[in-house]
Formats: sequence, structure tokens, C-alpha cells
Amino acid sequence: MASPHSRFLIIGVGNEYRCDDGAGLIVARRLKQQTRDDVTVLEQSGEGAALMEAWKGVDTVVLIDAVNSGAEAGTIHRLEARAQPIPRKFFRYSTHAFSVGEAIELARTLGELPDHLIVFGVEGKTFKAGNGLSGEVEIAVRDTVERVINELARSS
Amino acid sequence: MTSRTIKVDYLARVEGEGALYVKIKDERVTDVKLKIFEPPRFFEAFLRGRSYSEVPDIVARICGICPIAYQMSSVHALEDAFGVKVDGQLRALRRLIYCGEWIQSHALHIFLLHAPDFLGYEDAIQMAKDHSDIVQRGLRLKKTGNELLALIGGREIHPINVRIGGFYKVPAKRDFTELRERLLRARDEARDTVRWAARLPFPEFEQDYEFVALSHPHEYPFNEGRLVSNKGLNISAQEFDEHFTEEHVAHSNALHCTLKTRGAYFVGPMARYNLNFDSLSPLAKEAAREAGLSETCRNPFQSIIIRSVEMLYAFDEAIRIIDEYAMPEAPAVEVTPRAATGFGCTEAPRGALWHRYRTDEQGLILDAKIVPPTSQNQKTIENDLRAFVSGRLLLKKEELTWQCEQAVRNYDPCISCATHFLRMEIERE
Repeated sequence: MASPHSRFLIIGVGNEYRCDDGAGLIVARRLKQQTRDDVTVLEQSGEGAALMEAWKGVDTVVLIDAVNSGAEAGTIHRLEARAQPIPRKFFRYSTHAFSVGEAIELARTLGELPDHLIVFGVEGKTFKAGNGLSGEVEIAVRDTVERVINELARSS
Repeated sequence: MTSRTIKVDYLARVEGEGALYVKIKDERVTDVKLKIFEPPRFFEAFLRGRSYSEVPDIVARICGICPIAYQMSSVHALEDAFGVKVDGQLRALRRLIYCGEWIQSHALHIFLLHAPDFLGYEDAIQMAKDHSDIVQRGLRLKKTGNELLALIGGREIHPINVRIGGFYKVPAKRDFTELRERLLRARDEARDTVRWAARLPFPEFEQDYEFVALSHPHEYPFNEGRLVSNKGLNISAQEFDEHFTEEHVAHSNALHCTLKTRGAYFVGPMARYNLNFDSLSPLAKEAAREAGLSETCRNPFQSIIIRSVEMLYAFDEAIRIIDEYAMPEAPAVEVTPRAATGFGCTEAPRGALWHRYRTDEQGLILDAKIVPPTSQNQKTIENDLRAFVSGRLLLKKEELTWQCEQAVRNYDPCISCATHFLRMEIERE
């Protein structure tokens, strides 16, 4: 959970035992070592109710997850949840029936979306059981870390 | 001659992804396939050569929904192998953490995954527009379950505090003070949930199932008991292989587990309830009776009421355990690995979860076998669909498809345990 005074929350979502599905977690781990004290960094499996609980009361949330939308592997998608609905196909590879996309849309319906919820979706190549990222996703993970840092600098 | 096929390529609101295929020819159901791919065989292979102490954390990753179940079956199996007995307050704490898992898993399925079927909504998001109170209640109850998990397990998702012999650290009595208050309030809401679920509309549908669940002489089963059925099965976890068999079916990578002598069987809340009604707490029994449930229920659509009764029981049991809790002197009993084979079976939210491990003298894993609840229910789900569709051939395709998906969700199938992806088809040529 984010501390009650956190203005900024980073949530990395994924399962590192599903290859590229671990991208969000790895971005979060790298960010944990280089973010300011007022930024909370969480790792989550993508279970939707826990996500809704985690971002309750936080102003700015950056969520990073692997996606499978049919784009080229390593593509980084950026979505602002307040501005647009989250395409369902994005998070189909989650093992959860109620996951990132559902949590964002349910929070929208219930009026519980954070003021700023930015979603970075890293297009995965392989989601099979196993450890390690594909080359394309490893590069995308490095870029995503930079983009999240810039995002937070802009927001503060 | 008419023939049609009903297909659902992507089954929503089940954990993971899956497909269902029903073929109807001359107004007769000729084929039903629940398609499941990628069972946890990878994890079985992944465990080979690992130390016994790593097993609980690795198997917790198989499922983000029921990591405790995987941890519990694995620690019991390895304790069986090493001749270790965990009892007293450590055993009670294991029951308590399991209560948290049942609460969060049942709350999710009841309110966010299954309720939309009964109330006529595509999903919980659409349902929330008209029934935000119901959705909010589900989220509150789930959160309380998550808090219980986090307090004992260290983290809500993939808890890290469970080990062979007990825990890495145990909470003090005072750590439960605030949570106990929230559990009391949540228990009232769980009681209301049983009343609410009882008023939902249920299709008439009953089958002559063989229900299989753990049964224990003194308690509603979580971690311990014999595997029993309403048709005479009564075995220990060690005897599982003698009575059950796993078979490959062409349409699914997941193994179908069946009884060698009688075929399909049914695990999960309804099986537990039917075989252990007497062990429920007085409050849970009273709520079940008030909901109009008898001690035996054979309509799988009413599993939503039974899940509500079990959720109420889990709150009640959690409060009882906390009230009787005294911090144990040591967080774990001593474990000395040895070359052996051990067996464990516990009750995951979705039903019996069986593990077997063979170790060498250092405790390295030589061989692992995991039989998750969803692969045990797969054949029963297919049988249900065959019987259910046969009685409803006059329904329009959309309505029939809707009800078939609802029938699959009666089992709260966790395809991330039995597999990763699943899609569904119902076809009439």
C-alpha cells in the first residue's frame, strides 16, 4: 500500500515466471533504486481489487504492465486513464479475470480514479512459462524507466 | 437435418483465459469441450533440483489468486516427507491465513465475476452503474481478506512468510487488535451477503454428482483431513494415486483428473459444504438454513450461496482463531530433510489441491506432481454443459451462450492454475 501522504505512486504489474509478462515488475524494481522519497513503488500481480485499493487517495499514479495488443514487440504504449478507456485487448494475458483494465474501468464507474493515472504498456513478445525478458522487451524496459522518471519530473 | 455449433472464443470472468465448444446436431448435443492449455507442468519441471525450502515461494507463483493454497499443500507434503508435525498455534495460524485466502477469493468471485450473470450484466463494470453498493461491498470484503493475508503472509500477493515447519516470523497477539474490529464488521456484511445471494434467480438444474472434499472429525476442512466422497471414497492423501488418474484429452493440454472406478467428480465449495455441513460454525449453519439451503445442495448455480456461506464461516473462524491466539515461542519447528516421498492435500478456495514431492537426502526435489482443482472439475463441467444444453435447445443462441458461460463460472475455474489461456465456442451447424 502507498503511505497516506504519497503524492506519487508507481505500480509495476506482472508475473516474472511468464517471461515478458515480468516487464512491469522489472521497471518497478529499477525505479525503486532511483526515485525520490515522496514516490512509493509497488510490485503487484495485477489483481484488480488490490490495484484499486493501492491507488486510493493518491494524486499521480504511473502503472507499468506488459501488454499484448498486436503491435511490434517492445513498443511502449502510453495511456492516460482519465482521457480514454483502456482497450480490453491490452491486458488479456493477465492470469486474473479482474485485472488492470477492469480495475481502471470499475474505478472510473465508481468515481475512484486518481487525478492522474498514466499507464505504460510494454508490448511483450513471449508470455510462455519461464524466466527472462526477450531482447526487444529488455530494451523497452530501459526506455520505460527513463520515460517514467521524466513523467514524474513533469508532474511535480 | 439441422446442426449448429455454439462457440465462445474468449471466456470472460474466469481466472485466466479459456474456450468452450458445444456442438448440437439434430437437436441433440453431440460434443462438448472445455479447452484448457498449459497446465502447471512447467512448475513441476522447474521445481526439480531446487531445495525443499524454495518450494513454497515458487509454487505460490502458479496462481496469484490462491498462493496460500499452493504454499499449504506444498508445506504439508514436504512435512509428510520429512516426518514433521506442526500443531498448536502454528497450525491455527495456517488455518487463519487460509481464512484470508478464502475470503478474498470468494468475495472476488461472488461479487465481481459471478453476480453479473445472475443480475443480467455483461460484467462488474456495467453492474456497478446500477448496483454500486453491491460492488463496493465485494471490494470491502475482499480487502479485509487481503489484510488478513498481509498481516500473516507478509504480502497480499505471493506471501513470503510461509515455510516448511511453520513461518519465518509470527505475529504478536496485539497485532490483531485493529484487524479484529474490521473482521467483526465484515462478518456482518458476509451474513448479509448470504441473504442477498439466496434471493438471486437460479435455473433448475441438478445432477447426481460425486462430491469429493477433505473431511476432518473436528473442523471444517482447510489443511487437514481424509479425502471422502458421498459415494464411499475415504482415503488419505498418500492413497490418491491408487484412486485417481490423470489423462490427456485431445482438445486440452490440461490433464483431466478422474476417479479410476467412477469417472467424473466434483470438488470445491459445494463438495465441502455437502460433506462437512456439521462442521460449519453455528452462525454459518444458521445463515445457510435461513437462505433455504438444506444440508445437501446439488444445483451448481447455487454455488454462489454456498460460497457466501463459506465466506461467512471464514470470517467467523478467523475471529475465533484470533480470540484464542497466543504467540508461539518459535515461529517454526525444526526440519531435517531426508530422502522420502511426501503427500499433501488442502482445500484451495476452488477445491482439493493435491501435491506430491520426492526428495533426496539433502532435501533437493527429485520429482513433483501437482493436481489443481480446476483439472479435477473439468470433466464435471463438460458433463454439466451437455446436460444443461440438452434441456435448453429452444433458447436463442445468445441466451444459451450466456447461460453456458454462467454454468462454467459455477465452478470458479482458475485457468491460470490449470492453464493460462482458454477460449469458448458453442456451434450449431
